Amino acid sequence: MSNRIVNWFKYASPQSFYPLAGKLIPWFWALAIVFTVAGLYITFFAAPTDFQQGEGYRIIFIHVPAAWMSMFIYIVMAGWAGLGLALNTRLSGMMAQALAPTGAIMAFLSLWTGAFWGKPMWGAWWVWDARLTSALILFFLYIGFIALQAAIDDPRRADKAGAILALVGVVNVPIIYFSVKWWNTLHQGASVSLTKAPTMAATMLWGMLIMALAFWMYSIAVALTRVRAIILEREAHTEWVKDLPEVQGAKQ
Amino acid sequence: MRNSWTLSESNQLKPRHKRIALIGGGLVAIGVAAALVLNALNSNIAFFVTPTEVAEGKAPQDKTFRIGGMVKDGSLRRDNLTVHFAITDTAKEVPVIYTGILPDLFMEGKGAVAQGRIGPDGVFVASEVLAKHDENYMPPEAQHAVDQAQQTAKTIKQ
Repeated sequence: MSNRIVNWFKYASPQSFYPLAGKLIPWFWALAIVFTVAGLYITFFAAPTDFQQGEGYRIIFIHVPAAWMSMFIYIVMAGWAGLGLALNTRLSGMMAQALAPTGAIMAFLSLWTGAFWGKPMWGAWWVWDARLTSALILFFLYIGFIALQAAIDDPRRADKAGAILALVGVVNVPIIYFSVKWWNTLHQGASVSLTKAPTMAATMLWGMLIMALAFWMYSIAVALTRVRAIILEREAHTEWVKDLPEVQGAKQ
Repeated sequence: MRNSWTLSESNQLKPRHKRIALIGGGLVAIGVAAALVLNALNSNIAFFVTPTEVAEGKAPQDKTFRIGGMVKDGSLRRDNLTVHFAITDTAKEVPVIYTGILPDLFMEGKGAVAQGRIGPDGVFVASEVLAKHDENYMPPEAQHAVDQAQQTAKTIKQ
Protein backbone atom coordinates (compact mmCIF):
# COMPACT_ATOMS: atom_id res chain seq x y z
CA MET A 1 0.00 0.00 0.00
CA SER A 2 2.70 2.45 1.03
CA ASN A 3 4.61 1.28 -2.02
CA ARG A 4 1.78 2.52 -4.25
CA ILE A 5 1.79 6.00 -2.69
CA VAL A 6 5.52 6.25 -3.29
CA ASN A 7 4.94 5.27 -6.92
CA TRP A 8 2.46 8.12 -7.47
CA PHE A 9 4.89 10.68 -6.13
CA LYS A 10 7.55 9.27 -8.40
CA TYR A 11 5.63 10.67 -11.40
CA ALA A 12 5.73 14.17 -9.96
CA SER A 13 9.26 14.50 -11.30
CA PRO A 14 9.59 15.51 -14.96
CA GLN A 15 12.16 12.77 -15.56
CA SER A 16 9.76 9.93 -14.73
CA PHE A 17 6.64 11.65 -16.06
CA TYR A 18 8.15 12.17 -19.52
CA PRO A 19 8.24 8.46 -20.53
CA LEU A 20 4.87 7.78 -18.82
CA ALA A 21 3.20 10.56 -20.82
CA GLY A 22 4.82 9.19 -23.98
CA LYS A 23 3.27 5.78 -23.31
CA LEU A 24 -0.20 7.23 -22.58
CA ILE A 25 -0.50 9.59 -25.57
CA PRO A 26 -1.30 6.95 -28.27
CA TRP A 27 -4.08 5.50 -26.09
CA PHE A 28 -5.74 8.88 -25.63
CA TRP A 29 -5.45 9.58 -29.35
CA ALA A 30 -7.05 6.21 -30.15
CA LEU A 31 -9.93 6.89 -27.75
CA ALA A 32 -10.32 10.43 -29.12
CA ILE A 33 -10.67 9.07 -32.68
CA VAL A 34 -13.17 6.37 -31.64
CA PHE A 35 -15.35 8.82 -29.72
CA THR A 36 -15.12 11.47 -32.45
CA VAL A 37 -16.23 9.03 -35.16
CA ALA A 38 -19.10 7.71 -33.02
CA GLY A 39 -20.07 11.21 -31.89
CA LEU A 40 -20.03 12.69 -35.39
CA TYR A 41 -22.09 9.76 -36.68
CA ILE A 42 -24.76 10.53 -34.07
CA THR A 43 -24.42 14.27 -34.78
CA PHE A 44 -25.11 14.03 -38.48
CA PHE A 45 -27.08 10.79 -38.99
CA ALA A 46 -28.63 9.34 -35.83
CA ALA A 47 -29.82 12.43 -33.95
CA PRO A 48 -33.31 13.62 -34.95
CA THR A 49 -34.16 17.10 -36.20
CA ASP A 50 -35.27 19.53 -33.49
CA PHE A 51 -38.97 20.45 -33.38
CA GLN A 52 -38.23 24.18 -33.41
CA GLN A 53 -34.69 24.87 -34.53
CA GLY A 54 -34.58 22.35 -37.37
CA GLU A 55 -31.05 21.28 -38.34
CA GLY A 56 -29.33 24.33 -36.90
CA TYR A 57 -29.38 22.92 -33.39
CA ARG A 58 -26.71 20.37 -34.38
CA ILE A 59 -24.09 22.98 -33.54
CA ILE A 60 -24.61 22.05 -29.85
CA PHE A 61 -22.66 18.85 -30.45
CA ILE A 62 -19.55 21.02 -30.77
CA HIS A 63 -20.66 24.09 -28.80
CA VAL A 64 -21.61 22.43 -25.50
CA PRO A 65 -18.60 20.06 -25.18
CA ALA A 66 -16.27 22.93 -26.09
CA ALA A 67 -17.87 25.20 -23.48
CA TRP A 68 -17.70 22.48 -20.82
CA MET A 69 -14.04 21.80 -21.61
CA SER A 70 -13.13 25.49 -21.57
CA MET A 71 -14.44 25.77 -17.99
CA PHE A 72 -13.12 22.40 -16.80
CA ILE A 73 -9.62 22.89 -18.25
CA TYR A 74 -9.44 26.26 -16.51
CA ILE A 75 -10.20 24.67 -13.14
CA VAL A 76 -7.61 21.93 -13.73
CA MET A 77 -5.06 24.51 -14.89
CA ALA A 78 -5.68 26.67 -11.81
CA GLY A 79 -5.45 23.53 -9.65
CA TRP A 80 -2.02 22.67 -11.08
CA ALA A 81 -0.93 26.28 -10.76
CA GLY A 82 -2.00 26.42 -7.12
CA LEU A 83 -0.25 23.12 -6.39
CA GLY A 84 2.94 24.44 -7.97
CA LEU A 85 2.72 27.64 -5.94
CA ALA A 86 2.13 25.77 -2.66
CA LEU A 87 4.50 22.82 -3.04
CA ASN A 88 7.10 24.28 -5.42
CA THR A 89 6.92 21.22 -7.66
CA ARG A 90 8.38 21.68 -11.12
CA LEU A 91 5.90 19.55 -13.03
CA SER A 92 2.83 21.49 -11.83
CA GLY A 93 3.78 24.70 -13.60
CA MET A 94 4.58 22.75 -16.76
CA MET A 95 1.14 21.10 -16.66
CA ALA A 96 -0.60 24.45 -16.23
CA GLN A 97 1.41 25.88 -19.13
CA ALA A 98 0.57 22.85 -21.29
CA LEU A 99 -3.18 23.08 -20.62
CA ALA A 100 -3.62 26.80 -21.34
CA PRO A 101 -3.55 26.74 -25.19
CA THR A 102 -6.06 23.86 -25.34
CA GLY A 103 -8.35 25.71 -22.94
CA ALA A 104 -8.07 28.85 -25.03
CA ILE A 105 -8.99 26.91 -28.18
CA MET A 106 -12.02 25.43 -26.42
CA ALA A 107 -13.14 28.85 -25.18
CA PHE A 108 -12.74 30.28 -28.67
CA LEU A 109 -14.65 27.36 -30.23
CA SER A 110 -17.57 27.81 -27.85
CA LEU A 111 -17.75 31.56 -28.60
CA TRP A 112 -17.42 31.05 -32.34
CA THR A 113 -19.98 28.23 -32.68
CA GLY A 114 -22.28 30.12 -30.32
CA ALA A 115 -22.20 33.13 -32.64
CA PHE A 116 -23.03 30.90 -35.62
CA TRP A 117 -26.01 29.52 -33.72
CA GLY A 118 -27.09 32.88 -32.32
CA LYS A 119 -27.54 34.62 -35.67
CA PRO A 120 -30.25 32.28 -37.08
CA MET A 121 -31.88 31.42 -33.73
CA TRP A 122 -31.81 34.62 -31.66
CA GLY A 123 -31.35 37.06 -34.52
CA ALA A 124 -27.96 38.35 -33.26
CA TRP A 125 -24.35 37.18 -33.56
CA TRP A 126 -23.50 38.53 -30.14
CA VAL A 127 -25.26 40.12 -27.18
CA TRP A 128 -23.72 41.42 -23.96
CA ASP A 129 -25.61 39.18 -21.59
CA ALA A 130 -24.04 37.70 -18.46
CA ARG A 131 -23.31 34.25 -19.94
CA LEU A 132 -21.68 35.48 -23.14
CA THR A 133 -19.70 38.23 -21.44
CA SER A 134 -18.31 35.94 -18.72
CA ALA A 135 -17.39 33.32 -21.36
CA LEU A 136 -15.51 36.03 -23.29
CA ILE A 137 -13.67 36.97 -20.08
CA LEU A 138 -12.64 33.32 -19.70
CA PHE A 139 -11.11 33.44 -23.19
CA PHE A 140 -9.22 36.63 -22.27
CA LEU A 141 -8.00 35.00 -19.04
CA TYR A 142 -6.47 32.15 -21.05
CA ILE A 143 -4.83 34.61 -23.46
CA GLY A 144 -3.58 36.68 -20.50
CA PHE A 145 -2.13 33.60 -18.80
CA ILE A 146 -0.30 32.53 -21.98
CA ALA A 147 0.99 36.06 -22.60
CA LEU A 148 2.14 36.58 -19.01
CA GLN A 149 4.03 33.27 -18.96
CA ALA A 150 5.64 34.01 -22.32
CA ALA A 151 6.68 37.49 -21.23
CA ILE A 152 8.83 36.28 -18.29
CA ASP A 153 12.09 34.61 -19.27
CA ASP A 154 12.79 32.65 -16.08
CA PRO A 155 10.36 29.70 -16.27
CA ARG A 156 10.01 29.33 -12.48
CA ARG A 157 9.09 33.01 -12.06
CA ALA A 158 6.80 32.77 -15.10
CA ASP A 159 5.04 29.85 -13.43
CA LYS A 160 4.52 31.83 -10.24
CA ALA A 161 3.14 34.91 -11.99
CA GLY A 162 0.90 32.77 -14.18
CA ALA A 163 -0.31 30.79 -11.18
CA ILE A 164 -1.54 33.93 -9.42
CA LEU A 165 -3.42 35.05 -12.54
CA ALA A 166 -4.92 31.57 -12.99
CA LEU A 167 -6.04 31.43 -9.34
CA VAL A 168 -7.58 34.91 -9.41
CA GLY A 169 -9.43 34.05 -12.63
CA VAL A 170 -10.91 30.84 -11.28
CA VAL A 171 -13.67 32.89 -9.62
CA ASN A 172 -15.03 33.49 -13.13
CA VAL A 173 -15.85 29.81 -13.75
CA PRO A 174 -18.80 29.51 -11.33
CA ILE A 175 -20.01 32.90 -12.60
CA ILE A 176 -20.14 31.50 -16.16
CA TYR A 177 -21.86 28.32 -15.03
CA PHE A 178 -24.53 29.93 -12.85
CA SER A 179 -24.98 33.16 -14.85
CA VAL A 180 -28.08 31.78 -16.57
CA LYS A 181 -29.58 31.02 -13.15
CA TRP A 182 -28.61 34.16 -11.24
CA TRP A 183 -29.60 36.75 -13.82
CA ASN A 184 -31.99 36.85 -16.72
CA THR A 185 -29.95 36.30 -19.86
CA LEU A 186 -30.66 35.72 -23.51
CA HIS A 187 -28.71 32.48 -23.33
CA GLN A 188 -30.96 29.57 -22.33
CA GLY A 189 -30.53 27.63 -19.11
CA ALA A 190 -28.70 24.32 -18.83
CA SER A 191 -30.31 21.37 -20.62
CA VAL A 192 -28.07 18.93 -18.77
CA SER A 193 -27.25 19.32 -15.10
CA LEU A 194 -26.63 17.17 -12.06
CA THR A 195 -29.73 18.37 -10.23
CA LYS A 196 -32.46 17.58 -12.74
CA ALA A 197 -33.35 15.26 -15.60
CA PRO A 198 -31.97 16.39 -18.96
CA THR A 199 -34.46 18.31 -21.11
CA MET A 200 -33.44 16.85 -24.43
CA ALA A 201 -34.18 13.73 -26.44
CA ALA A 202 -32.06 10.68 -25.51
CA THR A 203 -30.22 10.37 -28.86
CA MET A 204 -29.29 14.06 -28.81
CA LEU A 205 -28.05 13.71 -25.23
CA TRP A 206 -25.93 10.66 -26.06
CA GLY A 207 -24.45 12.42 -29.06
CA MET A 208 -23.49 15.36 -26.89
CA LEU A 209 -22.00 13.21 -24.11
CA ILE A 210 -19.95 11.12 -26.57
CA MET A 211 -18.68 14.28 -28.25
CA ALA A 212 -17.77 15.58 -24.79
CA LEU A 213 -15.76 12.39 -24.17
CA ALA A 214 -14.03 12.88 -27.52
CA PHE A 215 -13.10 16.44 -26.50
CA TRP A 216 -11.77 15.12 -23.17
CA MET A 217 -9.55 12.52 -24.83
CA TYR A 218 -8.29 15.01 -27.43
CA SER A 219 -7.51 17.57 -24.71
CA ILE A 220 -5.58 15.05 -22.60
CA ALA A 221 -3.64 13.79 -25.64
CA VAL A 222 -2.54 17.25 -26.82
CA ALA A 223 -1.82 18.47 -23.27
CA LEU A 224 0.45 15.48 -22.64
CA THR A 225 2.21 16.01 -25.98
CA ARG A 226 2.72 19.65 -25.10
CA VAL A 227 3.96 18.93 -21.58
CA ARG A 228 6.57 16.56 -23.04
CA ALA A 229 7.83 19.34 -25.27
CA ILE A 230 7.94 21.74 -22.30
CA ILE A 231 9.86 19.17 -20.21
CA LEU A 232 12.44 18.74 -22.98
CA GLU A 233 12.81 22.51 -23.33
CA ARG A 234 13.14 23.29 -19.63
CA GLU A 235 15.31 20.28 -18.74
CA ALA A 236 17.50 20.54 -21.84
CA HIS A 237 20.60 21.07 -19.69
CA THR A 238 20.15 17.81 -17.73
CA GLU A 239 21.97 14.55 -18.38
CA TRP A 240 18.81 12.46 -18.70
CA VAL A 241 17.45 14.64 -21.50
CA LYS A 242 20.81 14.56 -23.31
CA ASP A 243 20.78 10.76 -23.06
CA LEU A 244 17.27 10.36 -24.54
CA PRO A 245 17.36 8.43 -27.83
CA GLU A 246 15.14 11.05 -29.56
CA VAL A 247 17.53 13.85 -28.49
CA GLN A 248 20.60 11.84 -29.54
CA GLY A 249 18.96 11.06 -32.88
CA ALA A 250 18.13 14.72 -33.52
CA LYS A 251 21.73 15.75 -33.02
CA GLN A 252 23.12 13.45 -35.68
CA MET B 1 18.34 23.90 25.40
CA ARG B 2 18.31 21.75 22.34
CA ASN B 3 14.98 20.28 23.31
CA SER B 4 13.21 23.61 23.51
CA TRP B 5 14.58 24.60 20.13
CA THR B 6 13.01 21.59 18.38
CA LEU B 7 9.77 22.30 20.21
CA SER B 8 9.47 25.84 18.93
CA GLU B 9 10.44 24.60 15.46
CA SER B 10 7.55 22.13 15.38
CA ASN B 11 5.13 24.81 16.56
CA GLN B 12 6.01 27.05 13.63
CA LEU B 13 4.09 26.65 10.37
CA LYS B 14 6.09 25.09 7.60
CA PRO B 15 6.49 27.48 4.63
CA ARG B 16 4.51 25.03 2.52
CA HIS B 17 1.55 25.17 4.88
CA LYS B 18 1.82 28.93 5.08
CA ARG B 19 1.61 29.14 1.29
CA ILE B 20 -1.40 26.80 1.15
CA ALA B 21 -3.16 28.93 3.78
CA LEU B 22 -2.29 32.10 1.83
CA ILE B 23 -3.67 30.66 -1.42
CA GLY B 24 -6.83 29.44 0.34
CA GLY B 25 -7.33 32.78 2.07
CA GLY B 26 -6.69 34.66 -1.16
CA LEU B 27 -9.27 32.60 -3.04
CA VAL B 28 -11.87 33.19 -0.33
CA ALA B 29 -11.14 36.94 -0.35
CA ILE B 30 -11.48 37.13 -4.15
CA GLY B 31 -14.67 35.09 -4.00
CA VAL B 32 -16.22 37.40 -1.41
CA ALA B 33 -15.13 40.50 -3.36
CA ALA B 34 -16.60 39.11 -6.58
CA ALA B 35 -19.86 38.21 -4.80
CA LEU B 36 -20.17 41.74 -3.37
CA VAL B 37 -19.44 43.41 -6.72
CA LEU B 38 -21.87 41.20 -8.59
CA ASN B 39 -24.53 41.75 -5.96
CA ALA B 40 -24.10 45.52 -6.24
CA LEU B 41 -24.31 45.36 -10.03
CA ASN B 42 -27.21 42.92 -9.96
CA SER B 43 -29.75 45.08 -11.78
CA ASN B 44 -27.22 46.11 -14.43
CA ILE B 45 -26.20 42.56 -15.24
CA ALA B 46 -29.78 41.57 -16.07
CA PHE B 47 -30.17 41.44 -19.83
CA PHE B 48 -33.82 42.48 -19.79
CA VAL B 49 -36.62 43.61 -17.46
CA THR B 50 -39.89 41.72 -17.11
CA PRO B 51 -43.36 43.21 -17.72
CA THR B 52 -44.02 43.06 -13.94
CA GLU B 53 -40.95 45.23 -13.34
CA VAL B 54 -42.20 47.66 -15.99
CA ALA B 55 -45.59 47.84 -14.23
CA GLU B 56 -43.79 48.54 -10.95
CA GLY B 57 -41.99 51.45 -12.61
CA LYS B 58 -38.57 49.85 -12.43
CA ALA B 59 -37.94 50.30 -16.15
CA PRO B 60 -35.97 53.40 -17.19
CA GLN B 61 -38.09 56.25 -18.56
CA ASP B 62 -37.04 58.02 -21.79
CA LYS B 63 -34.23 55.57 -22.27
CA THR B 64 -33.91 52.42 -24.35
CA PHE B 65 -34.01 49.14 -22.46
CA ARG B 66 -34.80 45.52 -23.16
CA ILE B 67 -38.00 43.82 -22.16
CA GLY B 68 -38.24 40.03 -22.01
CA GLY B 69 -40.87 37.38 -21.54
CA MET B 70 -43.25 35.18 -23.54
CA VAL B 71 -45.03 36.31 -26.67
CA LYS B 72 -48.66 36.15 -25.54
CA ASP B 73 -50.74 33.52 -27.31
CA GLY B 74 -53.11 35.07 -29.84
CA SER B 75 -51.56 38.55 -29.55
CA LEU B 76 -49.45 38.45 -32.73
CA ARG B 77 -50.87 40.63 -35.51
CA ARG B 78 -49.03 41.46 -38.72
CA ASP B 79 -49.63 44.69 -40.63
CA ASN B 80 -47.32 44.59 -43.65
CA LEU B 81 -43.82 44.73 -42.12
CA THR B 82 -45.09 46.05 -38.80
CA VAL B 83 -45.89 43.49 -36.14
CA HIS B 84 -47.95 43.97 -33.02
CA PHE B 85 -47.67 41.56 -30.12
CA ALA B 86 -47.72 41.48 -26.33
CA ILE B 87 -44.88 40.32 -24.10
CA THR B 88 -46.10 38.69 -20.93
CA ASP B 89 -44.66 37.07 -17.82
CA THR B 90 -48.13 35.60 -17.11
CA ALA B 91 -48.76 38.24 -14.39
CA LYS B 92 -48.45 41.46 -16.44
CA GLU B 93 -48.13 42.21 -20.14
CA VAL B 94 -46.77 44.99 -22.31
CA PRO B 95 -47.94 45.67 -25.89
CA VAL B 96 -45.06 45.88 -28.39
CA ILE B 97 -44.88 47.32 -31.88
CA TYR B 98 -41.98 46.49 -34.20
CA THR B 99 -41.15 47.10 -37.84
CA GLY B 100 -38.63 44.73 -39.34
CA ILE B 101 -37.69 41.12 -39.83
CA LEU B 102 -38.25 38.72 -36.95
CA PRO B 103 -35.90 35.82 -36.19
CA ASP B 104 -37.04 32.32 -37.19
CA LEU B 105 -37.67 31.18 -33.64
CA PHE B 106 -40.00 34.08 -32.89
CA MET B 107 -43.51 32.74 -32.32
CA GLU B 108 -46.45 32.90 -29.96
CA GLY B 109 -45.97 31.16 -26.62
CA LYS B 110 -42.14 31.33 -26.92
CA GLY B 111 -39.61 33.59 -25.27
CA ALA B 112 -38.58 36.89 -26.86
CA VAL B 113 -36.52 39.92 -25.92
CA ALA B 114 -37.29 43.33 -27.45
CA GLN B 115 -35.09 46.43 -27.29
CA GLY B 116 -36.59 49.90 -27.54
CA ARG B 117 -38.39 52.49 -25.47
CA ILE B 118 -41.84 52.77 -23.98
CA GLY B 119 -44.09 55.49 -25.40
CA PRO B 120 -46.46 57.76 -23.43
CA ASP B 121 -49.36 55.51 -24.51
CA GLY B 122 -47.73 52.55 -22.81
CA VAL B 123 -46.80 50.83 -26.08
CA PHE B 124 -43.25 49.57 -26.29
CA VAL B 125 -41.69 50.63 -29.61
CA ALA B 126 -39.01 48.07 -30.40
CA SER B 127 -35.99 48.69 -32.60
CA GLU B 128 -34.73 45.11 -32.30
CA VAL B 129 -36.42 41.82 -31.44
CA LEU B 130 -34.50 38.69 -30.43
CA ALA B 131 -35.92 35.23 -29.89
CA LYS B 132 -35.04 33.57 -26.60
CA HIS B 133 -34.72 29.83 -26.91
CA ASP B 134 -35.52 27.51 -24.01
CA GLU B 135 -33.48 24.52 -22.88
CA ASN B 136 -35.76 21.91 -24.50
CA TYR B 137 -34.47 19.91 -27.45
CA MET B 138 -36.63 17.20 -28.97
CA PRO B 139 -37.65 15.70 -32.31
CA PRO B 140 -40.92 16.96 -33.92
CA GLU B 141 -42.69 13.65 -33.18
CA ALA B 142 -42.02 14.06 -29.46
CA GLN B 143 -43.35 17.62 -29.55
CA HIS B 144 -46.46 16.28 -31.34
CA ALA B 145 -46.94 13.68 -28.59
CA VAL B 146 -46.54 16.35 -25.88
CA ASP B 147 -49.13 18.56 -27.60
CA GLN B 148 -51.59 15.68 -27.85
CA ALA B 149 -51.12 14.73 -24.20
CA GLN B 150 -51.75 18.34 -23.16
CA GLN B 151 -54.84 18.43 -25.35
CA THR B 152 -56.18 15.24 -23.75
CA ALA B 153 -55.47 16.61 -20.27
CA LYS B 154 -57.44 19.75 -21.15
CA THR B 155 -60.44 17.76 -22.42
CA ILE B 156 -60.47 15.59 -19.30
CA LYS B 157 -60.46 18.70 -17.08
CA GLN B 158 -63.42 20.13 -18.98
